[in-house]
Amino acid sequence: MLRKRYFTVLFALMLLVLSACGNTDTKDTAAAKEKKTAPKPAPTEMILATTTSTQDSGLLDVLVPMFEKENNVKVKTIAVGTGQALEMGTKGEADVLLVHAPAAEKEVVDAGNAINYKRVMYNDFILVGPKENPAGVSGDDIKAAFKKLADSKATFVSRGDDSGTHKKELGIWTAENIKPAGDWYVSTGQGMGQTLQVAAEKKGYVLTDRATWLAQEKNLDTLQIVVEGGKDLMNIYHVMQVNPEKHDKVNSKDAEKFVNFMIDSKTQDVIEEFGKKEYGQSLFFKYTE
Amino acid sequence: MELLIDGIKKAIDMILSGDREVFAITWLTLKVCLISILISTFIGLPLGIFLGLTRFKGRRILLLFINIGMGLPPVVAGLWITMLLWRSGPLGDLTLLYSPTAIVMAQILVSLPIVTSLTCTAFQQISEKMLLQIKALGATRMQTLIILIKQLKIAILAAIMAGFGRVIAEVGAAMMVGGNILGDTRILTTTIVMEVSKGNFDIALALSFILLSLALLITAALTFLQQRKRIS
Repeated sequence: MLRKRYFTVLFALMLLVLSACGNTDTKDTAAAKEKKTAPKPAPTEMILATTTSTQDSGLLDVLVPMFEKENNVKVKTIAVGTGQALEMGTKGEADVLLVHAPAAEKEVVDAGNAINYKRVMYNDFILVGPKENPAGVSGDDIKAAFKKLADSKATFVSRGDDSGTHKKELGIWTAENIKPAGDWYVSTGQGMGQTLQVAAEKKGYVLTDRATWLAQEKNLDTLQIVVEGGKDLMNIYHVMQVNPEKHDKVNSKDAEKFVNFMIDSKTQDVIEEFGKKEYGQSLFFKYTE
Repeated sequence: MELLIDGIKKAIDMILSGDREVFAITWLTLKVCLISILISTFIGLPLGIFLGLTRFKGRRILLLFINIGMGLPPVVAGLWITMLLWRSGPLGDLTLLYSPTAIVMAQILVSLPIVTSLTCTAFQQISEKMLLQIKALGATRMQTLIILIKQLKIAILAAIMAGFGRVIAEVGAAMMVGGNILGDTRILTTTIVMEVSKGNFDIALALSFILLSLALLITAALTFLQQRKRIS
């Protein structure tokens, strides 16, 4: 009796597994059928390494399906910090990169690790701080604001993850000859969204890209924009393909198509339209060469 | 508090409205977890029984490594699998990185030691007298094994449940080796991380309830199986 029950259970489990496998099988056969009727080859795979801001803002959810449909490509989007994305490109673990740290990008391009380097779009960085604004910073001069923050030792929350935003922040500190350290300087090592949340809880200042700020503003009621608009605050995105001559497994055919897709005027219009409905303003602006 | 109630409401909404994306993510989570734990069971159970019942040279060292494996942080497992599957890595030609298979590999790596070690512990506790008695009654080796498995049903299922708990809760490795790709490797835990970083706490909370329900359902089934009274 008992053994019988075990068999039933075992049988049920097996069925579950089989159904799990079976499902993919039917999908495969369905795909195979499709192949027979329409001579459409299986989509090729391409790895896009990009920054969290393009994914968290929702921009890629619009662009990637467009590209996939047009070119019969399956895009695997890996959203990481710009530093990691560039490293993936250098190692040949990705096919195409969409990032925003021009100085670091230049090194990768100059070393011959990336080719077909094209400017795509921009938005801007902003300095966000607590509503009480204890350091009393304002205006559009980010360098003066950073100096004031360091002098007053107001809590500053840094990404600390080698992302484009982090590189930008470090660039400003270096330009002012300040080595940020101490209790007031908090390094989260996390993405932009989480860092903003930490800043909101700790009532700190934080440098962020405008897209992520707009998308998250609703959860951050202790923060406000304190510095914006300066020319030092421009946030430029570039797309580039990984050099296929350095790594033999790189899918350069689709990567090239993706670069051309991103600077295509039709795509550029989509980029500029994106977010207007939800936030009343564009999150990214067209900016090709 | 309000957020909590909203979350529950949203979760019920998501399930009832048949949101295709949520359904696909949940289904993938279930599939990946069940396949991982089944493979872990099929390998870990025999291995655990073997380690529990036999004595050989090097057994303790082997057990030590398996016990360390019980505490293997998923991100470490994720990192190893990632490096293994890199295009430039030893298994790069298989192009398995950022696929559900990669997630299954990482989950087996973290759950197999748990299943093995707990099974081994249970079998090691069988008293010599009982083994002798079974032998005296003339049982073949196969029969002995079946009797022992029946005797230790509770412990074996506990081992499987512990392994399952590890697998369904796992997020670090799944993020690393899966990449959280929509429609491909996005599972419930990685979606929750992503929604939190997007600031969509309501969706994250709703998904967490779906994940908990899933865990509850499976664990309840296993517990029921474990605690059922013997009739025969």
